[in-house]
Amino acid sequence: MIPELTGFLFPNDVHIHWSLMIVLYPYITGLVAGAFLVSSLYHVFGREDFKPLARFALATAFCFLAVATVPLLNHLGHPERGINIIVTPHFTSAMAGFGLLYASYFIILLLEIWFVFRVDIIQRAAASTGLKRAFYAALALGVYDTSEEARRIDEKIIRFLAAIGIPMACLLHGYVGFLFGALKSNPWWSTPLMPVIFLFSAMVSGIALLIVLYQIAMKIKGFPIERGAIAALARWLWLFMIMSLTLELLEIMTLSYERAEEWEVISHLLTHQLSISFISIQMVLGGLIPFILLMLVVVMGRYMDDRIRNTLAMVSSLLLLMQVFSMRWNVVIGGQMFSKSMRGFRETYVPGLFEKEGVLAAVAIFVTPFILLAIFEAVLPTFAHLKRANAPTSNRP
Amino acid sequence: MSEKERCSRESGPGVAKSRRDFLKQSAACAGAVVSFGVVGIILPDDVLGDETVDYDWNKHRWVYLVDTTKCIGCGACVRACRAENDVPEGMYRTWIERYEIPVEGEAHVDSPNGGELGFHAVTSGMEVRKAFFVPKLCNHCEATPCTQVCPVGASYTTRDGAVLVDDKRCIGCGYCIQACPYGSRYLNPTTRTAAKCTWCYHRITKGLKPACVEVCPVGARMFGDRKNPDDPVNEMLATRRVQVLQPELLTKPQCFYLGLDMEVR
Repeated sequence: MIPELTGFLFPNDVHIHWSLMIVLYPYITGLVAGAFLVSSLYHVFGREDFKPLARFALATAFCFLAVATVPLLNHLGHPERGINIIVTPHFTSAMAGFGLLYASYFIILLLEIWFVFRVDIIQRAAASTGLKRAFYAALALGVYDTSEEARRIDEKIIRFLAAIGIPMACLLHGYVGFLFGALKSNPWWSTPLMPVIFLFSAMVSGIALLIVLYQIAMKIKGFPIERGAIAALARWLWLFMIMSLTLELLEIMTLSYERAEEWEVISHLLTHQLSISFISIQMVLGGLIPFILLMLVVVMGRYMDDRIRNTLAMVSSLLLLMQVFSMRWNVVIGGQMFSKSMRGFRETYVPGLFEKEGVLAAVAIFVTPFILLAIFEAVLPTFAHLKRANAPTSNRP
Repeated sequence: MSEKERCSRESGPGVAKSRRDFLKQSAACAGAVVSFGVVGIILPDDVLGDETVDYDWNKHRWVYLVDTTKCIGCGACVRACRAENDVPEGMYRTWIERYEIPVEGEAHVDSPNGGELGFHAVTSGMEVRKAFFVPKLCNHCEATPCTQVCPVGASYTTRDGAVLVDDKRCIGCGYCIQACPYGSRYLNPTTRTAAKCTWCYHRITKGLKPACVEVCPVGARMFGDRKNPDDPVNEMLATRRVQVLQPELLTKPQCFYLGLDMEVR
């Protein structure tokens, strides 16, 4: 099918090579980076507000990281050769660092999870029999020391891993921004702000996801939603969304003010091809509205009923999750809607439902981490420590 | 006795020798095996029996020159390229752009089917001040961003200056397509790998010209060798005023243009 075109495009420029999968990849790694940050705010910086969901955040980061390579492999023309990026990397390419970054971050995350859940694993092994016991015993890797001293060492290691995990998570995600930002061929991508914008929006999406998932998990488990946790998450979310939106606007404003050659193309892109996904969704519905709602939560929060605050935080988070997705879409797809001839545009791009890289594949990939999270929760309950913590408090007069 | 047999026999346990002898022989054996292996890899059977074997890529430095003032937009080059290189429909290794600069207003540019079937008469209705054709192809840039970004080194520059893609190594990520500022690359839907103009590498290494140069009826497309002092293209590059596409990107194209207009990007 020949897409609708206007102006003059280089004849090879009518194709969208980087599809929905490449939109999904930075979206997923962004959620990983954001969720990891929340867990590290507790484990490294000791922010007690995040204690109730620090483990859950870690599990969320892990489940999303586990599927992060799937959209990439699905995108590759030759996924069976994908391993060559790690085996025979061509280091002049920014993409060649991917394997190294992904693998090292994955190992750090895996190690941190093991240390965080180590005592739980041992207790579960002790409390079960048969196959279940063998399974947990295998997870414990033959270490059954739960003494006070061992736990203290655990905590030190966790703090160390969580600390080096922060720059690693930032690298893994900021680097995706760099892949786009360092291409001089494309004026919509080529800006040193790109990795920074990607990073801040990653924090936004990760925190927003946790606000949503935490509330749902508490509803399912019948635990109370911690007022402090939501308030703290909303505060950080507001901060990061302001940073993210400011940078996104700054890029546009600079381009507009400079009135350089590329602005002719980009202004047309923003007001035509991306008018809905950029102006309506990324800026207004997903930007301005959650900004106001979160401002209410942050500034007026203490006077608010818990339910109202939770609902406002929930709505803003859902809108921001959409905002970050539209930002990824606008970068990845937007950058391919115009030709490098700087004279022509592709009018629309609608991914097919059943295509290899289509909507259904994207939905299937995006749903997988939630299923993984449910399995993780069944194997290693992330809120089990709340029950323990809540038990003595409920006995208090 | 083959190299391998000799190696194993001489280093057998019954032969008394000094440590130095042993090391020497081991090195010789390893060298023989390695060189045998390398020759086996870089010279597969189908190439060994071919005249390309005599080709020395150190003795050439290919360069392409387009005289836009001569192009008549017949499209023979685009057709020849498709036939010669089996270019899939809708993809282009070379194409022709038509520029119509009106007395007033914006330039009108088109390239219907990449100019493959030639061009119809102007129907835009505007009063045209000047008009011209510009043939385009991969610029085989010396500082090319496309090979820089290839994560597995499947895109590479040969010593004689051609930028090629090894479709046995290409993973089909499309990064090179995004990095090329000239729109010269495409993803071959059959091989699912990146593809582009090779300057007909299979022809030039046999002493022939690229197909597009061969068929151009007006000599608008020229191909030369910078290492050959008698080459007429070299002479033109030395004496005429030449331009490259998007020089501000500093990709150092090795495809030069005569009579390029400021409207051309």
